Amino acid sequence: MASSSVASRPIASLLVKAGPAIISVGLLLLAWELYASYSGIKPTILPAPSRVFEQAMLNREALVDNAIPTIRATLLGFACSLSAAFALSMLVDFFQPLRRALFPVFIVSQTLPLVAIAPLVVLWFGFGLAPKIMLVALVTFFPMLVALVEGYEATEAEVGQMLRAMGAGRWRIFVLARLPSALPYFFAGLRISITYAVVGAIFAEYAGAAKGLGIYMLNAKNNFRPDLVLAAVGVSAALTLVLFGLTVLLQRLAMPWERAGKETAGKRPWR
Amino acid sequence: MSRLELRHVRKAFGGLDVLADISLSVGAGEFVSILGPSGAGKSTLFQLLTGAEHGEGEMLFDGARLDDHGRHFAFMPQRDALMPWRRILDNATLGLEVQGIRRKAARARVAPLFAEFGLAGFERHFPAQLSGGMRQRAALLRTVVQERDMLLLDEPFGALDALTRTAMQRWLEQMWRHHRWTALLITHDVREAVFLSDRIYVLSARPARIVREIEVPLPRPRSLGGDAARQASALEAEILDIILNPNPSKGHDHD
Ligand SMILES: Nc1ncnc2c1ncn2[C@@H]1O[C@H](COP(=O)(O)OP(=O)(O)O)[C@@H](O)[C@H]1O
Ligand SMILES: [Mg+2]
Repeated sequence: MASSSVASRPIASLLVKAGPAIISVGLLLLAWELYASYSGIKPTILPAPSRVFEQAMLNREALVDNAIPTIRATLLGFACSLSAAFALSMLVDFFQPLRRALFPVFIVSQTLPLVAIAPLVVLWFGFGLAPKIMLVALVTFFPMLVALVEGYEATEAEVGQMLRAMGAGRWRIFVLARLPSALPYFFAGLRISITYAVVGAIFAEYAGAAKGLGIYMLNAKNNFRPDLVLAAVGVSAALTLVLFGLTVLLQRLAMPWERAGKETAGKRPWR
Repeated sequence: MSRLELRHVRKAFGGLDVLADISLSVGAGEFVSILGPSGAGKSTLFQLLTGAEHGEGEMLFDGARLDDHGRHFAFMPQRDALMPWRRILDNATLGLEVQGIRRKAARARVAPLFAEFGLAGFERHFPAQLSGGMRQRAALLRTVVQERDMLLLDEPFGALDALTRTAMQRWLEQMWRHHRWTALLITHDVREAVFLSDRIYVLSARPARIVREIEVPLPRPRSLGGDAARQASALEAEILDIILNPNPSKGHDHD
């Protein structure tokens, strides 16, 4: 009995954690299903979840086919913005005046409405991958930059003073203290940005693409197929959840001390 | 023969006078405390010594001007400043790593000290897995293995509960008797200063000046029973009186 409870504990704890979410989503779907079947609303206006699921299965090849370019644009755009944010965050950390010079520009870049920018970027750079990468980078770059810069700033002043007394230079202090101090901020930014990234990619495709979830949604809408629009929405939601889960997993791997600290809290030796 | 000597050191932050006039000395193998109220400017003095800030006045080490700040001091900041992402062993070797010693050699040098510091078996733990007292011992281990000329300890036990603090003070006194480090300790705890020190400088409130220099003639080891305990209490009472009833007409027997 003991061994089986040990083996099933992670699954059980996962169920306990995910339980409320499963129940609330389930209830929502149930209400929707009942409303769609009994209110007499037409499936071309509001299809029932069962119909959406059924159509998603029938059209799964097209959905997968269109999901792949979206995933590619999301990941490539995010990789670009991450690299740029990392390089610039270091520059800003080493040359503080740069921060005052550049941040206003980036803040303005965040206020640009995607609806207006996406068609322009497509107009300038065509229907290929480039405008998608640019839009994804545009919406994710600033949150990542801010997360990193604030993370560096969160380094304890005493740690810097101690390292300097040990004889460390600025670069050494950055690598030994400022960079690791920024990790929690980095992952918080990552979790937020990755959801923006998917939305950004879909928006870019909506504005013009040969393939992708965005253009798939647009075509389905124009063909009066809300069931397929919703099926594509479901795919993009699943994609976002998977990416979000990956960042959580990555954080656990990159910051093993966090869990170690939580697990032993309360059972430490007395002094 | 004094190793560290400060003459009329002053420091202001903008318009805020923090250190008014600090002159003190620390001899080789001597344990000296700086005792003063919170906010007096004690940590600021260590900022000057470690080169984090610059002040006025003379700071000499072995008679030479203190300009190469990296060399003489092993500094333990007010909070333990352990890096949460490094295991205790890697926190302990941090100073050696910065000095350019290879990780393997640094670990070999630090590992035998874990038992003496009450940390045996915790080498692979993260700081968050340790109690407050163990964290302070780990921080102290990281400080002493640097093998610098002198230790600068900024309120090492300030964050601990009273019982743990007393245990740590006893432990540190015993460690000091074995190693005879030259040490300058900052504290606002009168009993701690008396228990650990050979000499105590009492600071005024900000802007800080030295109001009294006090020899602690108590025998070591400072188990403090009988006569010695009474002597210690008398000394503590005297110091408390100096701090709580500052009497400028008495002057300071320092100048
Ligand atoms: N870098 C700094 N800039 C401005 N003020 C400072 C700085 N460091 C310390 N101070 C001020 O100096 C005073 C003394 O601080 P500190 O030396 O930390 O006191 P203590 O360690 O004795 O408690 C405080 O009022 C604090 O606000
Ligand atoms: Mg202080």
